[in-house]
Amino acid sequence: MTTAIGADTARKPATMAQALGRALRDAMAADPSVHVLGEDVGTLGGVFRITDGLAKEFGEDRCTDTPLAEAGILGTAVGMAMYGLRPVVEMQFDAFAYPSFEQLISHVSRMRNRTRGAMPMPITVRVPYGGGIGGVEHHSDSSEIYYMATPGLHVVAPATVADAYGLLRAAIASDDPVIFLEPKRLYWSKADWSADAPEQVPPIGRAVVRRPATGGRRSATLISYGPSVPVCLEAAEAARAEGWDLEVVDLRSLVPFDDDTVCASVRRTGRAVVVHEATGFGGPGGEIAARVTERCFHHLEAPVLRVAGFDIPYPPPMLERHHLPGVDRVLDAVARLQWESEWTEGSAV
Amino acid sequence: MTVLEQPGAYRPTPPPGWQPRVEAGPLLPDAEPYRLLGTAAAAGISPDLLTRLHRELVRGRRYNTQATALTRQGRLAVYPSSTGQEACQVAAGLVLEDRDWLFPSYRDTLAAVVRGLDPVDALTLLRGDWHSGYDPHAHRVAPLCTPLATQLPHAVGLAHAARLKGDDVVALALVGDGGTSEGDFHEALNFAAVWHAPVVFLVQNNGFAISVPLAKQTAAPSLAHKAVGYGMPGRLVDGNDVAAVHQVLAEAVRRARGGGGPTLVEAVTYRIEAHTNADDATRYRPDSEVEAWRAHDPIALLEDAMRDRRLLDDEGVQAARESAERLAADLRTRMHQDAVLDPMELFEHVYADRTSQLREQAAQLRAELDAEAGDSGKGE
Ligand SMILES: Cc1ncc(C[n+]2csc(CCOP(=O)(O)OP(=O)(O)O)c2C)c(N)n1
Repeated sequence: MTTAIGADTARKPATMAQALGRALRDAMAADPSVHVLGEDVGTLGGVFRITDGLAKEFGEDRCTDTPLAEAGILGTAVGMAMYGLRPVVEMQFDAFAYPSFEQLISHVSRMRNRTRGAMPMPITVRVPYGGGIGGVEHHSDSSEIYYMATPGLHVVAPATVADAYGLLRAAIASDDPVIFLEPKRLYWSKADWSADAPEQVPPIGRAVVRRPATGGRRSATLISYGPSVPVCLEAAEAARAEGWDLEVVDLRSLVPFDDDTVCASVRRTGRAVVVHEATGFGGPGGEIAARVTERCFHHLEAPVLRVAGFDIPYPPPMLERHHLPGVDRVLDAVARLQWESEWTEGSAV
Repeated sequence: MTVLEQPGAYRPTPPPGWQPRVEAGPLLPDAEPYRLLGTAAAAGISPDLLTRLHRELVRGRRYNTQATALTRQGRLAVYPSSTGQEACQVAAGLVLEDRDWLFPSYRDTLAAVVRGLDPVDALTLLRGDWHSGYDPHAHRVAPLCTPLATQLPHAVGLAHAARLKGDDVVALALVGDGGTSEGDFHEALNFAAVWHAPVVFLVQNNGFAISVPLAKQTAAPSLAHKAVGYGMPGRLVDGNDVAAVHQVLAEAVRRARGGGGPTLVEAVTYRIEAHTNADDATRYRPDSEVEAWRAHDPIALLEDAMRDRRLLDDEGVQAARESAERLAADLRTRMHQDAVLDPMELFEHVYADRTSQLREQAAQLRAELDAEAGDSGKGE
């Protein structure tokens, strides 16, 4: 399935936040079973204004300010889905989704399985996630690994404005539950539709090469998603000066995982670095590195490296820049790939 | 008329052996919030207490306006103001004994300061230098809690533990009207009642959970009514009447300390400022509503009552204001100094002993910081 953005270019949203709002609006207009619910999503339009105007346009029954209770929001969404609606739930911030985990893990993720397919859960859970916006405690968690570790959930994280639109439409259209991770610090990033926005977006589960490399002797693949994609693109630009030709793969979807696109890239470049801001130990990078190693072992000229947040609770805002993986840390990892490759090349002669 | 519409329709034949376990009557809150200031009963309040409450109210207001100003100057990342709610904050901060514990939420910095916390330490979380800027044991104030209602079961557990140890300790837990919808609120109240724990729950009903008004939060006659279902008394009080809040809390604390179990107090107040400096309150409420509540200002209510009893004159007001200005000046000066932070502390308190992974990561950051320092050194 592909999702058309619509030909009206004048109305194309300019920021990721606007693109998400537009996706919700268009989905609600296209399908009366789509309902938005959450804290402050109605009158206020959400604390990030993503749902702005929806209550006005579609009424409070379709864009509903709920009582303040995440377990209740997701639990009632389960019941709504049982009765044929398509709830789109907003969690106000990453760490505030935790009260809903019981519903998510015990019911949302496995209802299809429990009922032998009789009761699908077409629920989209939108989670503004990640750091870099100076938020106080509990406003910056990268919680993707909890979701990834739960079979039955799709986990999606857009990195561009166009993907934010297309992937959210796809998530809402999906008959399975989708955890839709919205990188907060990209909410205000501007669209560059001409460069990266095809009029059609691919289904959930497809990675994309954001920046191709030629696959020469000093090339490597940076594998990333969400807020770390722009970091990788910047690092790739900077690495040119060092003679590195870096390919950047934007996963877009963590579950399902697009082994094909990732492995095709790594086979070409022979090296890979996974970059994300979630903690490294037990983090998404470990899974990705293992998959790449299993599939591309004979093509690898260096171990797959990970650049991740430190293994600490997300730090207070004044210290977050020391925690978040930035361009320099990515470049350091790339430099370590070279050492490995020299050793490999040296041993070959 | 259906059976549901007929009160008593169920009554004639209860099942054998059925007994009401608790008389619900005494648990039920009054229909109207309890007022004390301006009533005859106010004559019973000690002048010393009133003077103390007044001073803290005036200082509290100033603390709020100063902290809000600091957000505009970029010195504070965010501040959820308690302007308008100072009576609840002051009463909560003053009502406990030293050995008791306070469990505040992010909006309750003032209660913590009134309890004795350093005003700058209380703002550390909101400035962004550390998650909790104080040692909770030093003043028996739990860390300001951001996830809603999650501090409530902690208060119950602490009070329960103290009682198990034979200590004479009460816990006072603060929560907003929105927070009462969370599952943790329910679980905390239920545990407290079943365990008969010495806890007091104070709901500051300030009308809104960010943009959501109380009517969309609950269909209960009042939040205090929620107590009855758990088997504890619910008390409804005018949250802008500092004497009333203090009295109701003091009674609940006394009851808890005496082994009478938990109480739920709902203080009806209003959030005069926006949710935080990042919020635009004009989107969800009219100015006229705010103005109506301004006319019911906690400081004015107390000053009028005290002047009536000749417990306050212009001089007294002046003295309180001066004290407030000193507090604000001190806060300003110290908050205008850049926080001195050591990034290496990131690895310090994750575990009692650092894991080998954290040691490695600390070494990595050390090297980065040294390189940074080296670079900037060269530049000079
Ligand atoms: C579990 C959880 N969900 C959502 C939030 C985001 N949030 C912060 S404050 C707030 C409104 C709280 O309203 P209320 O409990 O009435 O307290 P008030 O801010 O009015 O003092 C919300 C939804 C949160 N902090 N924790």
